[in-house]
Amino acid sequence: MPFIPHTEDDIREMLAAASVERIEQLFDEIPNELRCGPLGEVPEGLTEMEVARLMNEVAARDGAPLNFIGAGAYEHHIPAAVWQLATRGEFYTSYTPYQAEASQGTLQLTYEYQSMMTALTGMDVANASLYDGASALAEAVLMAMRVSRKPKGLPKRVLMPASVHPAYRATVRSIVRHQGVELLELPYDKTSGRTEPAVLETYAHLQANALVIPQPNFFGVLEEMDELTAWAQAHGVLTIAVVNPVSLALIKPPGAWGGGQGADIVVGEGQPLGAPLSSGGPYCGFMCTRRAHVRHMPGRIVGRTVDADGNPGFVLTLQAREQHIRRAKATSNICTNQGLLVTAATIHLALLGGQGLERVAASCYANAHALADALSQVEGVACAFDGDYFHESVLRLPRPAQPVLDALAEQNILGGYALGADYPELKDCVLVCATETKTTRDIEHYAQTLARVLQ
Amino acid sequence: MSTLPADLKYTPSHEWVRLNEDGTVTVGITDHAQKQLGDLVFVEAPPPETQVTAGEACAVVESVKAASDIYAPLSGKIVESNLALVETPEAINKDAFGEGWLFRLAPVDATALETLMDADAYQTHAHDDG
Repeated sequence: MPFIPHTEDDIREMLAAASVERIEQLFDEIPNELRCGPLGEVPEGLTEMEVARLMNEVAARDGAPLNFIGAGAYEHHIPAAVWQLATRGEFYTSYTPYQAEASQGTLQLTYEYQSMMTALTGMDVANASLYDGASALAEAVLMAMRVSRKPKGLPKRVLMPASVHPAYRATVRSIVRHQGVELLELPYDKTSGRTEPAVLETYAHLQANALVIPQPNFFGVLEEMDELTAWAQAHGVLTIAVVNPVSLALIKPPGAWGGGQGADIVVGEGQPLGAPLSSGGPYCGFMCTRRAHVRHMPGRIVGRTVDADGNPGFVLTLQAREQHIRRAKATSNICTNQGLLVTAATIHLALLGGQGLERVAASCYANAHALADALSQVEGVACAFDGDYFHESVLRLPRPAQPVLDALAEQNILGGYALGADYPELKDCVLVCATETKTTRDIEHYAQTLARVLQ
Repeated sequence: MSTLPADLKYTPSHEWVRLNEDGTVTVGITDHAQKQLGDLVFVEAPPPETQVTAGEACAVVESVKAASDIYAPLSGKIVESNLALVETPEAINKDAFGEGWLFRLAPVDATALETLMDADAYQTHAHDDG
């Protein structure tokens, strides 16, 4: 049953008004060679019952393994109220709030989300969200090029640590490749797992526009954010912080980095705030910046104001940056946000509160360390890096990692993320994560199973 | 019918240019332009020492409904930008040819001023533009 409201009479009336007999005639001006013809590979439609069965069968393949994988998406407990509220019709089906008079609920919620993100990151302003952490980083790089505004002809360069998530680096490469931006990779230290600040001096003469600082980095290791930020500030280089939102309840927020002046642009993945793993998405990217840079920031921004009668209300603001007004010179081609995920994140944070988020973060820190300690007791297993870490860490195995992970999967344990594909020098290493969802028993079970597998 | 100062030069992109005694030129947008833009809310003028090239965008004025590029009428170096516009961008709406000036620049070649339109030519151009 098609969900189209037009009756046969409606259609006839509209065709008559357009002076045609069949809808197909409206497409007559498209030349034959541009028409796609019958879509042979698309199967016949299924009934709702058949689709539901198909989805259930596919979903069942996920199983319910014990999950120790982080690597950019983190399993956290989401209070039941979050999705109970987020799936209310008013939130679930609402569209982009172009008409403020019809969207005060959506706009208020988004304003609250923006307020929470600025509080969490220690920055001045936030946008209404972007697609995900990876594309948010790409947008931040493009924004940094606008903000740093070097005279024309000078090369545009960004210092990108190898310890940034490989998928994020690949996304940034794809998006900025044809915009004349050069990405310079900074090596990570093989002992600490961090980007050692001393390395930066070798790049000083290249006059980069921006430096990306991940915190924690892809290995879970905590970078020397104050030293890196101070170096950037001293050399007129903008700082782009890529952060985990849960960790900000424990560690210094980017607004306070580098002796208090803080990072210039902050981005990250909002999935840990109320979004289930969902086999990879949808997620949502957050972006915050200084007041001075707000006109260069892409994405929607909700502002609080008063209406003609002096009553408080909310609107989309600073829209002259966006493409429906600025067109080719807009800050970005994005003209939307991840409204539903933002709704979930706002309710999630409101339910947890500052103290609740601190407890979650503290538990993640403790569990990650307990996991690494327990697993490194297994013969042949050792921590790969000596730097402190937040919710995940890298373990070196006595053998290539992937086959070990396959064996663990057969025991219904997703042991971690094999690093060899992205870092060939770490092919015997695995990135293991333990959030607040893991118990002591879970960790013991993993350690015992790993010991058996490695025998 | 807006009175168009006869002592100024004009560009097709609706900038006006005034030659100052010290050889610098002051640049703004015309009354016609400010009417089309509506209430101005933000101005991004180039800082002093910026090198600008004739015909290239060097500033942005933003109204509630549009953001418009301002093009340098002559090549040269920015000497001063109107900082008062940071607090009161509406000065451009109220007094486009006076208080609403955008920036002052030292031209590389002052004789290039002759190639710009005079008041009559601009009046015709703006009228055609609609």
